[in-house]
Amino acid sequence: MNRKKKHWYQYLWIWSILYFALGFFNILFAWLGMIDFILPLIFAIVGGNKWFCNNMCGRGQLFWVLGRDLKCSRRKPAPKWLSSKWFRYGFLAFFLTMFGNMVFQTYLVFSGAESLKKAIKLFWTFKVPWHWAYNGSIFPDWVAKFGFGFYSLMLTSTLIGLIVMVLYRERTWCTFCPMGTMTQGICQLKNKEK
Amino acid sequence: MAKRKASVITSGCVACGVCANVCPRGAISIYRGCYAMVNHNLCVGCGLCADACPAGTIEIHVIDENGGANHES
Repeated sequence: MNRKKKHWYQYLWIWSILYFALGFFNILFAWLGMIDFILPLIFAIVGGNKWFCNNMCGRGQLFWVLGRDLKCSRRKPAPKWLSSKWFRYGFLAFFLTMFGNMVFQTYLVFSGAESLKKAIKLFWTFKVPWHWAYNGSIFPDWVAKFGFGFYSLMLTSTLIGLIVMVLYRERTWCTFCPMGTMTQGICQLKNKEK
Repeated sequence: MAKRKASVITSGCVACGVCANVCPRGAISIYRGCYAMVNHNLCVGCGLCADACPAGTIEIHVIDENGGANHES
């Protein structure tokens, strides 16, 4: 990273910060996080590579900037089980379940069974008021509901990433990142076909 | 003369690409999104990759003239 030419996509850590800032003021911006969900999958399914993780992941870059450049990481090896297959796929399963639950909660608001609550949930447990980020829009309530849910998910996973960044190595999050596990799994499947 | 080279334990690699990013020689690439691969012709065994790897799956080996690899931690 030192003497090599800098590319525009090496500054995407700024996007990571910007995302949370935008969602603080208007929760509808949380939808933009879908880019970080869909792009890596397109790279993996179409290209059969992890170019997104390797070069474009704003979150990974943010952990690197904070952990390495700003020295906020202990840089100690993480316990082996964190990068073990069962933990990686277990965490992926848990994450997808929680994602599914979030979509279901959105459906409840869509169907009118539940009303929109302007709050985010951290670590799938702690409710945090977030009412300033939404005062109605041209969109129906379920659109905002998905925003609150998705923002919660993005913030929670970033916080987990920050904790393991401080405790272990800069990008320890990458070892069990659900997107990383999923894209590597797709690449391995594609590689077997050939 | 003995030379130091990085080698990847592919079974533990998560293909995140941190090693490739820190390598000052451009000696590491991510093979088809599956695992990191070291080009031993370019690797100088500096150990920056091993130090950065979040999965702790890169080791520096000493390779002697005869081509045999000795482990060095």
